[in-house]
Amino acid sequence: MAYDTVKCEELSELLSAFICHASGHLPDDVKAKLSELAGIEDEGFAPAIYNVMKKNMELADELGRPSCQDTGIPQFFVRAGTKWPYLDEIEPALIEAVKKATDRAPLRHNAVEVFDEYNTGNNIGHRVPWIDWELVSGSDRLEVYFYMAGGGCSLPGMAKVLMPLEGYDGIARLVFDQMTSYGVNACPPCLVGIGIAGSAEVAAKLSKKALLRPVGSHNPNPKAAKMEDDICEGLNKIGLGPGGFGGKMSVMGVNIEQAARHPATLAMGLSTACWAHRRAQISIAPDLTYEFVTHKGVTL
Amino acid sequence: MSDFHTFEFTTPLTDEDIKKVHIGDVIYLTGDVVTGRDDVHHRVVKDNREVPVDLAGKAIFHAGPIMKKISDDKFKVVSVGPTTSMRMESAEAEFLAKTGVKIIIGKGGMGPKTTQGCIDNCAVHTIFPGGCAVVAAEEVVDVEGVEWADLGMPEAMWKLKVKGFGPLIVSIDSYGGNLIEDNKVLFNQRKEKALEELKGKLDFLH
Repeated sequence: MAYDTVKCEELSELLSAFICHASGHLPDDVKAKLSELAGIEDEGFAPAIYNVMKKNMELADELGRPSCQDTGIPQFFVRAGTKWPYLDEIEPALIEAVKKATDRAPLRHNAVEVFDEYNTGNNIGHRVPWIDWELVSGSDRLEVYFYMAGGGCSLPGMAKVLMPLEGYDGIARLVFDQMTSYGVNACPPCLVGIGIAGSAEVAAKLSKKALLRPVGSHNPNPKAAKMEDDICEGLNKIGLGPGGFGGKMSVMGVNIEQAARHPATLAMGLSTACWAHRRAQISIAPDLTYEFVTHKGVTL
Repeated sequence: MSDFHTFEFTTPLTDEDIKKVHIGDVIYLTGDVVTGRDDVHHRVVKDNREVPVDLAGKAIFHAGPIMKKISDDKFKVVSVGPTTSMRMESAEAEFLAKTGVKIIIGKGGMGPKTTQGCIDNCAVHTIFPGGCAVVAAEEVVDVEGVEWADLGMPEAMWKLKVKGFGPLIVSIDSYGGNLIEDNKVLFNQRKEKALEELKGKLDFLH
């Protein structure tokens, strides 16, 4: 593939710095939510756990290290403007950025080849980094979302196609069952992402996209927004607390994304993000100046 | 944590040490901690391979660290938090019997097989707060070496020397107590009530 190697190098340097910073610093909205929850949790093990979490965030920042050892399998959600001038450079720059960040952050080696069952040792593997593409008509910007999902918070992930008469209550039941079993081990308080659509793969993908929305944001559809609040309130009544040790709250929030469904199916997907929700979003202009959307005021 | 006891232990641990602790107690550990997770349990229990490290009286840490090579045979821990212990549930009881490990360190709970394994082998399962990997790394004073490095960075057995390693909250004791399973019973009761209260609120179908 022919591409501008100079521009690709510049872009990969920027994206590598972006990944390295994200590995050690939680986004502004997650930090704010955690400190709000720490103020509410004043009984049992919860205050001690929140203290260790706070100390960990401070140490990661001070020592410039990944805050959690599980830096996830590299996965990008790209929204590329159709007028962005370097479309050919995006994929090689992302791959190069992962290699550099693996060495520099450093990231854990997390790409294990399926069937051949060996760790590639540099986070590059078959179809990894996984890149999810979206084209944005008329835009000249490149938006990259990165989310370090560890194994622990990926284990509760699921998708299932319900029959419509099972209703939205059926979706809630599956979410609640998963959160009181797998969710307990997934480093709560989690952010819960739910996708609702006509088939399993669309619902699953939307559940992950829901986790890319800020904590505390709402779905623009008023009914969906209410479902987010109702499920969040219901989950909080269970009181998983930090680390599953019990407490007054369970989750950081619930985000729902939907796509129109088939008349005969009501598919749901669930993804969860641990409290150390290392989500990062950058918006890059054609001259490679950028806005670090999730980490305001940070210069890379 | 004021209702519970805090212990400072040094490896090798004895049955007498383990018998002192109960679920909810907190341990700070000094001495030998070795990492081992899915692949190590698979090799030891399913493949019946000889364990390359003497683990008797020591701690097994369910963790896949980020390590940095600082010279030909020397490594430094960058970040090392606990991983989900439940993944090792099918193999842990047998692992305890084969190795003589006294403390399992991980996150989240483990199930009935491990609980029985802790009774039979006088051992405990403890939880290091999840996601707090830099705090844990700063409590590691030395990396003695690595075994089964062919498994790759997260799955290899890293031999760590730790000092005041914790807080390790005891979630399974040697008397059959299981803190997280007890919590789950409570969580499931509250779940049914919460779902009952949701009824009627999500009736979007026509």
